[in-house]
Amino acid sequence: MEAALKNFKKFTPKSLPKVEPLAQGHRACQGCGEVLALRMALKAMGTNLIVASATGCMEIITSPYPQTAWNVPWIHVAFENAAAVASGVEAARKALMRKGRIPKQRTTILAVAGDGGTADIGLQALSGALERGHDFVYLCLDNEAYMNTGVQRSSSTPYGAMTTTSPPGKLSIGQNTWKKNMPAIAAAHAIPYVATASPAYYTDLMNKAKKAAMIKGPAYLHVYSPCPTGWRLAPELAVEISRLAVQTKVFPLYEVIDGRYVMSRKIKKPKPVEQYLKLQGRFRHLDKKTIQVIQDRVDREYETLVQKAAMSETEDELTE
Amino acid sequence: MPKRVGIEVSLAASEAACVADTDVVAAYPITPQTHIVEHLAELVADGKLDAEFVPVESEHSAMSVCVGSSAAGARTFTATSAQGLALMHEILFIAPALRTPIVMAVTNRALSGPISIWNDHSDIMAERDVGWIQTFAENGQEVFDLIIHAFRVAEDPQVMLPIMVNLDGFTLSHVIEPIEMLSASEVRKYLKPYKPRIVLDPKNPVTMGPVGMPEVYTEAKQQIEAALTDSKKVVVKAWEEFAKLYGRRYKPVETYRTKGAKIVLMTMGSVSETAMTAVDKMRDEGVPVGLLRFRLWRPFPLEEFKRAVKGVKVLAVMDRAISYGSRQGGPVFTEVRSALYGTPKAPQIFGFVAGLGGRDITVGTYEEMVDKAMRYAKKKKGPTYELIGVRER
Repeated sequence: MEAALKNFKKFTPKSLPKVEPLAQGHRACQGCGEVLALRMALKAMGTNLIVASATGCMEIITSPYPQTAWNVPWIHVAFENAAAVASGVEAARKALMRKGRIPKQRTTILAVAGDGGTADIGLQALSGALERGHDFVYLCLDNEAYMNTGVQRSSSTPYGAMTTTSPPGKLSIGQNTWKKNMPAIAAAHAIPYVATASPAYYTDLMNKAKKAAMIKGPAYLHVYSPCPTGWRLAPELAVEISRLAVQTKVFPLYEVIDGRYVMSRKIKKPKPVEQYLKLQGRFRHLDKKTIQVIQDRVDREYETLVQKAAMSETEDELTE
Repeated sequence: MPKRVGIEVSLAASEAACVADTDVVAAYPITPQTHIVEHLAELVADGKLDAEFVPVESEHSAMSVCVGSSAAGARTFTATSAQGLALMHEILFIAPALRTPIVMAVTNRALSGPISIWNDHSDIMAERDVGWIQTFAENGQEVFDLIIHAFRVAEDPQVMLPIMVNLDGFTLSHVIEPIEMLSASEVRKYLKPYKPRIVLDPKNPVTMGPVGMPEVYTEAKQQIEAALTDSKKVVVKAWEEFAKLYGRRYKPVETYRTKGAKIVLMTMGSVSETAMTAVDKMRDEGVPVGLLRFRLWRPFPLEEFKRAVKGVKVLAVMDRAISYGSRQGGPVFTEVRSALYGTPKAPQIFGFVAGLGGRDITVGTYEEMVDKAMRYAKKKKGPTYELIGVRER
């Protein structure tokens, strides 16, 4: 993996590619942070690309027949099987190239799904595809609930969040479970590349998308995707909330390269989690005590991550 | 002249996918389909089949991989059974909608519960309406031939639909039979390389599987229905050409000693060979009985069927699955009766559900059905259907 990235050229704000694999004019909600993240990832990957999409917001807003927003080949089969469909596309091209039926050219195979399609219903298909080692990129656009069906909780919904199936009430604080750590599950498959990204740090996101595409074998990208509609967030704050999620350590940016954790952005002076929560209607019912519980958990998880990165550095030094 | 070898029928199914030069196999093991998958893995491991073997983590993913692979332009094969087929259910509908010509061998087995690994047709009958072409084999030779035929039909530009080739689990899949194995070069005369018209290719981007709003959904459904109905012509023509090249003849509705028959038994699958023995025995005893089998189940061979039962007085239809609560026994019976509704001088029809979950079907079972059907017909009164061989205690 390291070898593949030896001559890696980073994107800078001045060198952003002009290509638009995803055209404008789709039907996303106002201020959608998910389609923004998707567009950036696609720009980074270019047009030598085949996309397998799960059912979800991104699928529904880009493909109402006879219209399509896709300038690259795109297939949608069902909700839980984007990773399996991508596996099939990859296997087919591998066989056809070997048999001389299509030109020998490496094409990026990208599976796209939301958090429900990844952490819940699609987890098995994803695990299978990662374990089998297909040469593909899996992009999880995490908007932290089933937004397409009307904001129902997923295993990726954060603690305390209000959704239509985790409503706060006399006996409930809202979502009463902690967000599933999907990047860690992906990394546990010992795949060459795992990364988290946020649309607020768009060059970082695009560089990670480009790396994921360059690396041979499975790569997993977990991208923070703010949903103003489902989060009860002002549409103009999608990028701001993405930045705050990183600055409060709620959504840390890091890479796992061949099992080594690397922090993309160290948060030396974190902002309080409350600042992040209070902008979103989905958290407005939380009291001080619950917010403190969340703050403690965020601190602990961030510390674990930092330790993993430090351990990776120590290992590097020992092997050098 | 092709070689005739003694081979287990499952292995022959894999060999058929091999001589058809399959590009991608994605499959998950399930009894009694396992030997098909194992042998395909072996053929790939030994370099005899140049294909990608994708050992998926479930049948749902098996079918999803197959759809992706076929959409990317690869000749794609899989096999499953029972619970596996049921797990694929969701994706089975999508394969014909995306016009992916996947070929799948289905080793027919009972569906849970209670769990049973043994043979009947409850798995395939639950997938009647998914939009796939469905054929039934009665012996090992037919399994081999029908798989070759399936690729030819599925990939025909006028068809572009997936096909299930059904073979009875254990009673056929695990039997060693003498089979004429066509070589790859012999098969190439019949089956040209797959040339898809629309594929996932960065040079020519297409959008596959878009959202079908109410103003287009009906039309999309109508197109699949039309394609499936029209596929019969290609199915039949491909069988005719198969006969010309290899000498073995197949028809949508197969008949046995129906000439002059007053009563006709209807079966599907490998038990039909036992039925032939039963017909021979009863004919020797002076009973004017014949046998009729559906080789093609989807699209339903309506015209051929009506022609085949012309002049028949009594039909005894055997189902190997129950349509719970339909109060008409099994799906074959309900379809047959519905097909003949309004036909002048239509035969009296009686349904029998037999051979569920591996229960033996013997010559005696058929004799019982024929005997009962004749008695009911004589009285012009009898149960619409009955379960054969239910033990009292």
